[in-house]
Amino acid sequence: MPWVPELARTPSFLAYVRRDVLLAYRRLGDTVAPLIFFTMVCTLVPLGLSPDPQRLSEIAPGIMWIMALLATLLSIERIFAFDFEDGSLEQLLIAPQLIALPVLAKIVAHWLVTGLPLTLLSPLLAMTLSLPTSAYPAMLLSLAIGSAYLSAVGAVGASLTVSLGRGGLLLPLLVVPLYMPIMIFGTATVFYAVDGLHWSGPLAAMGAMLCAALALCPLAAAAALRVTSA
Amino acid sequence: MNIQFASFNEILAMGGHGLYVWVAVTVSVAVLAALLVVPWQSHTRALNQVRLRLERHAGGSAEEGVD
Amino acid sequence: MVTEVKKWQWFYRLGSPRWFYEITGRWLPWLLCAASLLLASGLFWGLLVAPPDARQGNSFRIIYLHVPAAILALVGYYIMALAGAVGLIWRIKMSFMVMKSAAPIGAALTFIALFTGAVWGKPSWGTYWVWDARITSMLILLFLYLGVLALQRAFSSAEMAYRASAILALVGTINIPIIYKSVDWWHTLHQPATLKLTSASSIHIDMLQPLIVMICGFYVFYVVALCLFTRAEIIRREATSAWVRALVSNESSR
Repeated sequence: MPWVPELARTPSFLAYVRRDVLLAYRRLGDTVAPLIFFTMVCTLVPLGLSPDPQRLSEIAPGIMWIMALLATLLSIERIFAFDFEDGSLEQLLIAPQLIALPVLAKIVAHWLVTGLPLTLLSPLLAMTLSLPTSAYPAMLLSLAIGSAYLSAVGAVGASLTVSLGRGGLLLPLLVVPLYMPIMIFGTATVFYAVDGLHWSGPLAAMGAMLCAALALCPLAAAAALRVTSA
Repeated sequence: MNIQFASFNEILAMGGHGLYVWVAVTVSVAVLAALLVVPWQSHTRALNQVRLRLERHAGGSAEEGVD
Repeated sequence: MVTEVKKWQWFYRLGSPRWFYEITGRWLPWLLCAASLLLASGLFWGLLVAPPDARQGNSFRIIYLHVPAAILALVGYYIMALAGAVGLIWRIKMSFMVMKSAAPIGAALTFIALFTGAVWGKPSWGTYWVWDARITSMLILLFLYLGVLALQRAFSSAEMAYRASAILALVGTINIPIIYKSVDWWHTLHQPATLKLTSASSIHIDMLQPLIVMICGFYVFYVVALCLFTRAEIIRREATSAWVRALVSNESSR
């Protein structure tokens, strides 16, 4: 196995994760913005639709999920952008090592600073949208797994567009179609829980999709980075 | 192998569904035709560009020859 | 060694833009004839000769455009991704050119499928748009095509655009079955009870024959369009090569 010594030579996986989380902490404003967005747009819903708790509770799972997806979209661009701008991405690509591993670390770090806080914030918003409390576990689990999937798949899109500059609408265009399946299963999990059905089925499908994404997306993103930021 | 319709008007009417059928057919055929015309035009344009550059080169070298 | 070279010769020749350009130049007239013959006879047969559907009357005749377009739209995505994969693995520029050409054709065919589906929906369901599983999947397929097209046009370097969009096409290919399955499942979850799609299993043989002709016609048409787009791309990319210059000067001297 020729890649084993390479793996040993790379800085440890956790070091990569720690570095990215630390960088996100240093840019706290950028990191918190998606969370604030998530909260603010969830406030728009009762204002724009209806404050009626009955109607809100019916659409709450869908709203929460769509907002989580949009919040991830807002932040996914940054997963490689800073490293591209300051040249550390180029260093990473030149170094004789597996790129997929640091890419996976970046995905994990992105989830830690976006997906996880979103998930932890969601009960608060679910409360304001009058989601039945019985659905909270399903919502938390589906958002936790789903946002990790969003980070993984989003990383592929971000790696394809990293050298094209910021502010483009291209990245959402590439990534949103790929997000549709996970959103179907994510909202279904919560809807099942609201209806009092067993919600382990769709959740298991999400878990399977996350496993596949975590295995394949770092490879695809690494290949894309080699192409686009060469 | 008989035609189902007695007259041209019946063909146009399609038993009341004429509008839908013929709109679908027209738009589809138009898009298919565009799929032939667009590459054909860009092919011609690309060839013309090559020709233009060749002529410019030829003209340039001729002038150089005169000088 | 020599046999080894011979065995792979066809493969490398296929990878030569010049060879592709010349061979398709010879085949295209015939292919175009075949495509127009098949499409014209299929349309005539389907629109005028085939018996009307017992339930839907004459509006069902839209099927002769809708189904072939939908099939080729889906097949086209796989052709595009396959060409992209070949390009990435064997570094064949020709393959990337085919991939790039497949994107606009696929998007156009997906549009035809969606449009004819909507127009067909009005007389048979009473509405232009339903969030039916197959329609929704087709819409997502259109989005996937548009993503590839947008990415192709975003790069200033042609080589980079080829490779990046090939990767995106491959990622999309892995996702297509997931999208189809999930949307199908989603639809059973929110089944609107009043609507039922065509029961395609019970299509009569008289209606099926023209449909097969149309599907064949669309396949040949796809090849023709793909060749035309690819030939234009070849000339654009190889504009500075000796053989293109020779081709142009031969043409203008004639």
